Amino acid sequence: MRHLLDTRTLSRADALSILDVAEDMADTQLREVKKLPTLRGKTVVNLFFEDSTRTRISFEAAAKRLSADVINFSAKGSSVSKGESLKDTAQTLAAIGADAVVIRHGASGAPHTLAASGWIDAGILNAGDGTHEHPTQALLDAFTMRRRIHGAGASRGRDLDGVHVVIVGDILHSRVARSNVWLLSSLGAQVTLVAPPTLLPVGIEGWPASVSYDLDAVLAENPDVVMMLRIQGERMHDAFFPNSREYSRRWGLDDERLARLTGDSIVMHPGPMNRGLEISSGAADSPRSTVLEQVSSGVSVRMAALYLLLSGEREDQR
Amino acid sequence: MSARIVLQQADISRALTRIAHEILESNRGAGDLILLGIPTRGVYLAARLAALLEEFSGQEVPVGSLDITMYRDDLGRIPTRSPQPTSIPAGGIDGKTVILADDVLYSGRTIRAALDALGDIGRPRAVRLATLVDRGHRELPIRPDFVGKNLPSSKSERINVELVEIDGEDRVTIGESL
Repeated sequence: MRHLLDTRTLSRADALSILDVAEDMADTQLREVKKLPTLRGKTVVNLFFEDSTRTRISFEAAAKRLSADVINFSAKGSSVSKGESLKDTAQTLAAIGADAVVIRHGASGAPHTLAASGWIDAGILNAGDGTHEHPTQALLDAFTMRRRIHGAGASRGRDLDGVHVVIVGDILHSRVARSNVWLLSSLGAQVTLVAPPTLLPVGIEGWPASVSYDLDAVLAENPDVVMMLRIQGERMHDAFFPNSREYSRRWGLDDERLARLTGDSIVMHPGPMNRGLEISSGAADSPRSTVLEQVSSGVSVRMAALYLLLSGEREDQR
Repeated sequence: MSARIVLQQADISRALTRIAHEILESNRGAGDLILLGIPTRGVYLAARLAALLEEFSGQEVPVGSLDITMYRDDLGRIPTRSPQPTSIPAGGIDGKTVILADDVLYSGRTIRAALDALGDIGRPRAVRLATLVDRGHRELPIRPDFVGKNLPSSKSERINVELVEIDGEDRVTIGESL
């Protein structure tokens, strides 16, 4: 692998290899000495044009656990606020000697631009671009599901064949939903998207997922995974639903809906959560919830991605 | 390319039997021993040695595997390798005598990486090295404690260890590398 830009073009074999390497990384995180010497001498730049807590910290922890040097860059307080272009920023990073660039950008496609531009020779990892994709989030979600469904010791090499995943909420603005739809369907899962019609994008018929407006009807089918998405206040410039109480009543996972889940169904949320809006505190803190497991899976998955991008003969992959 | 067979099934099992006896002799019994195989083929050799040690001493010897992929110093020079699982027997390695088992000892870099990996897991009392074939050409000050066969070779030659568990038969061949 040279870059990790999206899950749409990620082959099933590559996805499984990332997940399997992540299992090995997760094993090393149980040891007393968590740091591995693998990426000693490599430089990883976290290039964040949008705010982020967990993704940036997670990438930073992953790179540091592999002994890489980490440079954090956020657009606020940098020359970007003086009007520096992406090209100049990238060339500056290339001159510093970055081996990998983890980029989050408000514009969809910015990581692709960087990877295809020739401005910089480093491996590019997409950490979320606009409303396009967030591949490591989808990979960590798949990793968490795989571990819950097959058990931590037995999930190597396994896919998600036949697992029914329901993704609920703001599909329109969600890069997490997009990345998950592509990845989960290539791993064999059956995906159902549930949202108010105003929060579904145009062209959703072409996605490998079924669509519903009725959360209660979908929950009655006993899905294996219920993934709640965050209502993205910062991207809500129109009235997509009358008010938050109405949204919460029809599409939120409240205690009453939680009680209707059966068997080993799990509740996921990529965070940060709006407690009381899309998910109740009871659901977020229940034993079904994997919110914190997702965070620790994130470090393992990102370690795997960095390892696979930065090891091996780079010349051969060009 | 013609490959010449240097060890056959009987030779391999004789060598492992002798190594097992040598381990028991130098350790004065099977107390506090742990066998760790280095993937891929070292893991099977470790399992065979553990069975032999148990047979000869009557004492069960814990066996595990130690992956060294993440500790290699040549990650940028070779194609990406997928890490293999590491499994350390319950009870850990602290204060134990660890016997590392590998199929071929060559430059010594794998063993250097294995020593680094062990250091992150615990602090053994002693670490010993058992290898089925020692082909020379060491690049580091590392030597084996137990050797199945010394096989002086040219760097252009390729030594291939096949084990019945994954290759279907037991043999060691030597041939010109491609």
